[in-house]
Amino acid sequence: MGMKNVLASRWGVIGVGAVIGILAPILQKLGNPGNMGICVACFERDIAGSLGLHRADIVQYMRPEIIGFVLGSFAAALIFREFRPRAGSAPIVRFVLGVFAMIGALVFLGCPWRAMLRLAGGDLNAVLGIAGLVFGIWIGTLFLKNGYNLGRSQKTYPSVGLLMPLIAFGFLLLVFIYPQIQGEPASGVLFYSVKGPGSMHAPLLVSLGIGLVVGVLAQQSRFCTMGAIRDLTLFGQTHLLGGLVALVLAAFVTNLVLGQFNPGFTGQPVAHTLHFWNFAGMTLAGLAFALAGGCPGRQLFLSGEGDGDAAVFVIGMVAGAAFAHNFGLASSPAGIGTHGAAAVAIGIIVCLFIGFTMRTKLA
Amino acid sequence: MSTRIDARGLSCPQPVILTMSKIREMTKGRIEILVDTDTSKENVSRAAKSKGWDVQIVEPDGSGYRIVIQKD
Repeated sequence: MGMKNVLASRWGVIGVGAVIGILAPILQKLGNPGNMGICVACFERDIAGSLGLHRADIVQYMRPEIIGFVLGSFAAALIFREFRPRAGSAPIVRFVLGVFAMIGALVFLGCPWRAMLRLAGGDLNAVLGIAGLVFGIWIGTLFLKNGYNLGRSQKTYPSVGLLMPLIAFGFLLLVFIYPQIQGEPASGVLFYSVKGPGSMHAPLLVSLGIGLVVGVLAQQSRFCTMGAIRDLTLFGQTHLLGGLVALVLAAFVTNLVLGQFNPGFTGQPVAHTLHFWNFAGMTLAGLAFALAGGCPGRQLFLSGEGDGDAAVFVIGMVAGAAFAHNFGLASSPAGIGTHGAAAVAIGIIVCLFIGFTMRTKLA
Repeated sequence: MSTRIDARGLSCPQPVILTMSKIREMTKGRIEILVDTDTSKENVSRAAKSKGWDVQIVEPDGSGYRIVIQKD
């Protein structure tokens, strides 16, 4: 059977979930925002801000963790001969799903990883978000059971698969060419927050290093939060779920040790207490992740191992973050954005349209 | 009786969905599945085992893998 991939075993994925659950609160301790040691959606949103795609001045930072995820996955894929350049499975659909996944996540204020980290930090609003996530994924599995799929990808040129790692590397170069200047809102072409969540971050090299480690581990273990919930509802499988549960438990214990556990609904960092919108935002996000075949983290790791369609989803999420802040769709601790409710409704309609109309018999 | 599933180019969870529905349909026999990623290879093998099927062959095939599962 060739070389055995230990990390893809049951205990392997549990171990990887636990490592992420320990590292994320440590990143928070070292400077990342509250219950946001790692948040793929929030960090891609910060990257959109650092590039000036939106100009919400409190959420602008070229997050090295995201760069590390892509480059770590790329390195693992090369080392273990799993780099498989492929593309062409309904890219525009994946882009649109990425846009609405991000909008839903920013109505809740977090990706599935952060939903788990918020829970592990005592933020009880996360319960509503996670319930919405499960509900959205469950709707997605109904489509999957009825033949929904985005069609086949094709094997393609190595350069296609290299583009996302090259983009990540280019962004890393930009960080070194235009480093943050204390108290300045910009450095060269990059924007930096001087206050708010975007100004809170662990030291650059620590963030990058942890990002690389998580990238390697997650690529090899196939860790996926959406997949964990989907496989349970679709097949009754608990393989990936082990990793998700391990992440929550490890983060909970680490938060206790670091004095970062504060149970309650109110006064939680980068969170609001509108239960319905926490639920509805994550319903939209969960449905979009299920239709696209991976949580935001997983899409980054796939993009690192050569999946051009996952890369399009990632770019869609970055574009979605720009829309979310330019159009007033994103929530804040004060509540949902001016047009957040409308965006969630439109997003769910678009996802249902995609789910109902993209069905073929494959075998 | 042998059946073939071509799951190449299909992303997660399609290869598993196709394998599971064939397993339900056949209840026993021999199924050959073609996949193109290591993730699909692992997922299909794991799903087959969980349904009591024997994973007999996993070998490189083109840029992907050929998996043969069997139940008597």
